[in-house]
Amino acid sequence: MPDLTTTYLGLPLKNPLVVSASPLSKKRDRVRQLEDAGASAIVLYSLFEEQITREADELDCYLNLATNSYAEALSYFPDLEHYNVGPDGYLEHLRRVKETVSIPVIGSLNGVSAGGWVEYARKIEQAGADALELNIYYLPTDPEMSSNTLEKIYVNLVREVRTAVQIPLALKLSPFITALPHLASRCIEAGANGLVLFNRFYQPDFDLEAFEVVPHLELSTSHDLLLPLRWIALLYGRIPTDFALTSGVHRVQDVVKAVMAGANVTMLASELLQHGPGRLRQLLEELDQWMEQHEYLSVAQMRGCMSQNSVAEPAAFERANYMKALNLFDSHLPG
Amino acid sequence: MKRTWMTMEGNEAVARVAYAVSDVLAIYPITPSTPMGESADAWSASDQANLWGTVPRVVEMQSEGGAAGALHGALQTGALATTFTASQGLLLMIPNMYKIAGELTPAVFHVAARALATQGLSIFGDHSDVMATRATGFAQLASRSVQEAQDLALIAHASTLQARVPFLHFFDGFRTSHEINKIELLDQLDMRAMIDETLVQAHRNRALSPEHPFIRGTAQNPDVYFQARESVNPFYQACPTIVQQTMDRFAGLVGRQYHLFDYAGDPQAEHVIIAMGSGAETVEETVQYLSAQGEKVGVLTVHLFRPFSVAHFLQALPRTTRVITVLDRTKEPGSTGEPLYQDVVVAFQEGIASGLAGSSPRIIGGRYGLASKEFTPAMVKGIFEEMKRAEPKNHFTIGILDDVTYTSLDYDPTFTITQPGTVQCVFWGLGSDGTVGANKNSIKIIGEETANHAQGYFVYDSKKSGSVTISHLRFGPQPIRESYLIGEGQADFVACHQFALLEHFDILKYAHPGGTFLLDSIYPPEQVWEHLPGEVQQAILDKHLQCHVINAHKVAQETNMGGRINTVMQTCFFALSGVLPKEQAIAQIKHSIEKTYKKRGDAVVQRNFQAVDATLAHLFAVPVPAREAVLSATNGARGEASGTALSQTRRQPIPLPVLTRRPTVSPEAPIFVREVLAPMMVGDGDQLPVSALPNDGTYPSGTARWEKRNIAAEIPVWDASICIQCGKCVMVCPHAVIREKVYEPASLAGAPASFQTVDARFKEFPGQMYSLQVAPEDCTGCSLCVEVCPVKNKSQVGLKALNMAPQPPLREQEVANWDFFQTLPEVDRTHLNLAAIKNTQLLTPLFEFSGACSGCGETPYIKLATQLFGDRMLVANATGCSSIYGGNLPTTPWTFNREGRGPAWSNSLFEDNAEFGLGMRVALDKQQEYAAELLVRCSSQVGEDLVRKLLQADQSTEAGIHTQREHVAALRQQLQAGLRDETLTPEAHTDMGSLLALADALVRRSVWIIGGDGWAYDIGFGGLDHVLATGANVNVLVLDTEVYSNTGGQSSKSTPRGAVAKFAAKGKGTPKKDLGLLAMAYGNIYVAHVALGANDLQTLHAFQEAEAYDGPSLIIAYSHCIAHGIEMSKGLDQQKLAVQTGYWPLYRYNPDLVEEGKNPFVLDSKAPTLPLEAYAYNETRYRMLLQSNEARAEMLMHEAKQDVQDRLTHYQQLAAVAPEPVQPALSKEQNHA
Repeated sequence: MPDLTTTYLGLPLKNPLVVSASPLSKKRDRVRQLEDAGASAIVLYSLFEEQITREADELDCYLNLATNSYAEALSYFPDLEHYNVGPDGYLEHLRRVKETVSIPVIGSLNGVSAGGWVEYARKIEQAGADALELNIYYLPTDPEMSSNTLEKIYVNLVREVRTAVQIPLALKLSPFITALPHLASRCIEAGANGLVLFNRFYQPDFDLEAFEVVPHLELSTSHDLLLPLRWIALLYGRIPTDFALTSGVHRVQDVVKAVMAGANVTMLASELLQHGPGRLRQLLEELDQWMEQHEYLSVAQMRGCMSQNSVAEPAAFERANYMKALNLFDSHLPG
Repeated sequence: MKRTWMTMEGNEAVARVAYAVSDVLAIYPITPSTPMGESADAWSASDQANLWGTVPRVVEMQSEGGAAGALHGALQTGALATTFTASQGLLLMIPNMYKIAGELTPAVFHVAARALATQGLSIFGDHSDVMATRATGFAQLASRSVQEAQDLALIAHASTLQARVPFLHFFDGFRTSHEINKIELLDQLDMRAMIDETLVQAHRNRALSPEHPFIRGTAQNPDVYFQARESVNPFYQACPTIVQQTMDRFAGLVGRQYHLFDYAGDPQAEHVIIAMGSGAETVEETVQYLSAQGEKVGVLTVHLFRPFSVAHFLQALPRTTRVITVLDRTKEPGSTGEPLYQDVVVAFQEGIASGLAGSSPRIIGGRYGLASKEFTPAMVKGIFEEMKRAEPKNHFTIGILDDVTYTSLDYDPTFTITQPGTVQCVFWGLGSDGTVGANKNSIKIIGEETANHAQGYFVYDSKKSGSVTISHLRFGPQPIRESYLIGEGQADFVACHQFALLEHFDILKYAHPGGTFLLDSIYPPEQVWEHLPGEVQQAILDKHLQCHVINAHKVAQETNMGGRINTVMQTCFFALSGVLPKEQAIAQIKHSIEKTYKKRGDAVVQRNFQAVDATLAHLFAVPVPAREAVLSATNGARGEASGTALSQTRRQPIPLPVLTRRPTVSPEAPIFVREVLAPMMVGDGDQLPVSALPNDGTYPSGTARWEKRNIAAEIPVWDASICIQCGKCVMVCPHAVIREKVYEPASLAGAPASFQTVDARFKEFPGQMYSLQVAPEDCTGCSLCVEVCPVKNKSQVGLKALNMAPQPPLREQEVANWDFFQTLPEVDRTHLNLAAIKNTQLLTPLFEFSGACSGCGETPYIKLATQLFGDRMLVANATGCSSIYGGNLPTTPWTFNREGRGPAWSNSLFEDNAEFGLGMRVALDKQQEYAAELLVRCSSQVGEDLVRKLLQADQSTEAGIHTQREHVAALRQQLQAGLRDETLTPEAHTDMGSLLALADALVRRSVWIIGGDGWAYDIGFGGLDHVLATGANVNVLVLDTEVYSNTGGQSSKSTPRGAVAKFAAKGKGTPKKDLGLLAMAYGNIYVAHVALGANDLQTLHAFQEAEAYDGPSLIIAYSHCIAHGIEMSKGLDQQKLAVQTGYWPLYRYNPDLVEEGKNPFVLDSKAPTLPLEAYAYNETRYRMLLQSNEARAEMLMHEAKQDVQDRLTHYQQLAAVAPEPVQPALSKEQNHA
């Protein structure tokens, strides 16, 4: 039996299959099923500061709407004693999930304001999270904002949260960053304990009948693995931190590739959304078999074996690889 | 013991006590008592216990009649039960009140006393309702202030248990029920001490129980009824003493001493006024002032009106009294005097007879304050002046000018009493800007965080969109007893929260010389002066006002407060009024914000904090030009204009006022509009004399068009180049402010240059032009027209054929365009194919510019009906939103066409609307029948041919109706000629005269019974059911908002499962009633379930089929509503989602189809394509349950989905049922067999 254990953010895990932040963790029953099927840790769905703010604003707006305007109807709703606006619902859920499962539970936070990041991070820690994943997503649309300014915001944010909480911090980044290794490195210096590569976004699409812009999210495929795979392979050994590969982990081969690139863990959502929590059990069995067949004794042994530092042809990860791919493509062209 | 002081409304003060000492509350919403029921329901929903540690049961009934019945049952079963009501609601309780009293049952009804619907409905306060119940056997206890309302509520509950006489405790609607005042709270210990447990047990022991059975409620014969009726006398004899003892006990406990009759004033008074309710407070205040001036005056406040204790009454009056004025806040036409007056007269007569009184003073009676008419110290002084006359006027009125029967007294309106140290503040705002909410907060801060006493009272207009609010705040070291508004020239502080109000209203009339004026202005301090209307400038100079401006809307925008400037203006008020040191004031505002908004989320609190913090940097003093300089400039200019020589030199260039207030209505308006309605529009209706007002409640139609409210910040702008002329925008417009016309190009002569026109895209109108026009000063800016527009700009898809744009720069241009548009000819309706939406929208709406909520979901349906049938329509309108935006003075949206024809509209009551409409139908049918009979009798004069044409006319089409009208016109001519023919017999003359009067009945009439779900599902359901069952040809339109919208969103039986509503604060746990299915069960009723936003054509067809159906028709129309908690501009999208999720299936059930061998039930909507959540969770009414009680929300949503599924399955089965084969006729052989 190969040793599947790994560590992530200092947490010892029984295997490298972690459930990523997704709707999978919204129900406690489902979380229990995921644990039973072998998940080694679970990242809870994200607490969105923006959503909390919007919900509060909406509630306030509609409870206020048309009030005190007309003598017969000075309001239109009973003003209830309590509303679950704010992070309370999320924190309560986190608390209950912690009570339900014994695997590590990692909180996930998507903030907008500096104050919000720190406040909610602290609350997530207090609610019992074993670690916290900071999901930073800022889409710069202002031509006046430089990458330098933006990166400073990222680093400061990590620093502030680090000062506020004791639990390990992971930083989930987008691939669309000019100098990813530099930024990643600064964030690690600022106190992050691991990098989660990469974030996946809702991308707006066009509805050509309604002439409207509509949000769109497709589940990942194994093809999406390649981008994070490359970057983890590049960063492994260069930046002293833990890596989680997320996006495109569907087959056992994807898990193996991720670990070989240098990932401490792989994170799954799309595959489990499509096939249910039971798929984890299957993947673990397949991993076990694959490692046996390929005579790997442990995940630790596999980890980083195909990172840029370890491969025979390091240039394959860089631009040369791009040229090579183009050449190959060229050979298929007619004429 | 230190007692708690709190600042609260009268309703809350009463409800708090009633809830604590009851275990069953049966409630039903009616203004102004509704907040008492709402509070009780909310407390019960949050498991707040009563005095005995158990949570009272609060049950909402289908009507006040139902509430009284339920209460009677609860009382008979041993409950401590109470209810809250007013006005017509109290009248509906009368039958049970006789029973409850007749059975000697302890109970208390708390009544926010309100006017009754007579020549008009009024929601405001007087004692007409209470006086109508004075024969029921209830004791009647009157409170005159918020403090008293709390105290006497407890005294009533305590007294009834001992007296066994049920109590009606009342206080003045709005004046006391809605006044916020600082009161000393009764605590649980007080209540415990006042409620005698042994009496509670005794009450419970008298209850019906199978353990010791008896019967109660027998029918009694002539032999014993009378004696039994007299058997209760000892209880009524004992009652006054019990109440006084209870009041004494209360005084011992709490310190406030009340009496059945409380006298105040000079102990040797010669002139005494007797009154009850809040008016007595005003009299007392004035008496104190006049006594201090040495006048021998006094006031007797009546607390216990029934049973009327002559002994206590006479004892309370000074023996020196020479003249008494009895003031009644009610009118009893035809009586010898109003109720309290009669009692006083009788009391003296009986007193003299029994030796309790030596002689009777002169007693006069007067009426005051009906429907919250102001009652001021000036009026009180006027009454005392009258009493000094040798022959004082009896049965007078005060506060109005009666120039018809000359009942009114003169008085000096400038007489005022100002309590030293009291600060008076008036705030003008709009409902939407949060002014009232902020002032409610301010008054609570002042009342609870300072040593001051404080009072807040709020005046609203009768519009639901763009309504103007005026807040009257007083605070000072002494208790605030003034139960009237702050008068002209009395306010130390006047704030105008909307610059645009300066255009129409005399804002500064309230300002006291030397006072402070705060203005929300987009103009900076150095520029604002020149933008003020001349009248405002003049007032500022004349009164030497200190002026300040803030661009509150800018601060609010910058701090993400949107249009709500409440927090900003509140901060300014505290900064300028100096009621608290600045830092402390800001801390208190923030504390109050936190208290109010914390539960809605920290984001909301922070946003408000930011607004507070950002405010003071934007508050500026306005440099007011020197008075002399302005006057010289003004005089100079005026002098020049009038040809007088310029006598003074201008010392500095001061801009002349370039603006003046706009005339309220156009000079072209009819004289009644100019002279009667216009003063009402600007709040000067109080000045109208009796003779100005119609004496039978009849008002002209078509008056809303003269009330240019100009409330839209943005209006739609037409892009003619891409418009496809579909008419959808016109159809959905709730306010009929966007219209389309097709006309000959020649009609464009004289069009303003900016008037837009394009080639008409109507195959019926080749070569004609088309215009779409907005009425810029009537539009409310709801943007439903833009939302529904199906056309998108090819180059910029964010733009449509209609796009919202700021109104001010467009105003004048579009006013000219609108005026021109109206001169264009109307379409000939006899040649239109009315099966297409675009064609129907060429028809003139006869319902326009209502004051309904901006984006109202109801009004488009009403408007459609008027387009299709308006010129021959009679409308019976249930009380509710539609009767308010339809018929609340000053103006009405119901109007007429160019021929002068239009809907004839009336509102009877809330509960009887179906019956009211049926009465119209029955009368019309009879008139038509009689006219037909007369036609036959008069055929020799009228002509056989015309008679035949008139009797056999096919009026199923517009053309047929048009022809019939021509025939009726011909008939009139014939009859008029016949009436001139003296050779005809007198009988023939009589018949012709009768026929002439009834001729119009020969044209087909369309009777519409319109109301909301509160009426149709609840209070009026019995009547509706009966009317539908009669088979009469009436059309019922139910504007289904699924709550009592008009009274503020209480649950009805139409409220869906899972939605939160008032009276269903935990989310309604039972499904919506299927009214349509109930009606369909009869088999002969046309039923349609429609949603304009989902399928406008289906809606159109339903209206046409319903009207065409010769029998009862019921249209249930989904009406999105502000009480759903939605963005109103998305109302149509919500309608669509309601259908797409299967929540609101569209169907038509047409009994006529049976005769055609078809299934009468047609399901017009498809199977659901979206889950219910996709619709429901867009609405606050559903979402707030999710946010407050997720588990219950999920459970109810699960059940609600099942409701939807069950209902759909049933409908699908109905739609799939093959029509029953028509019974084959028997063959001749079978017949013989």
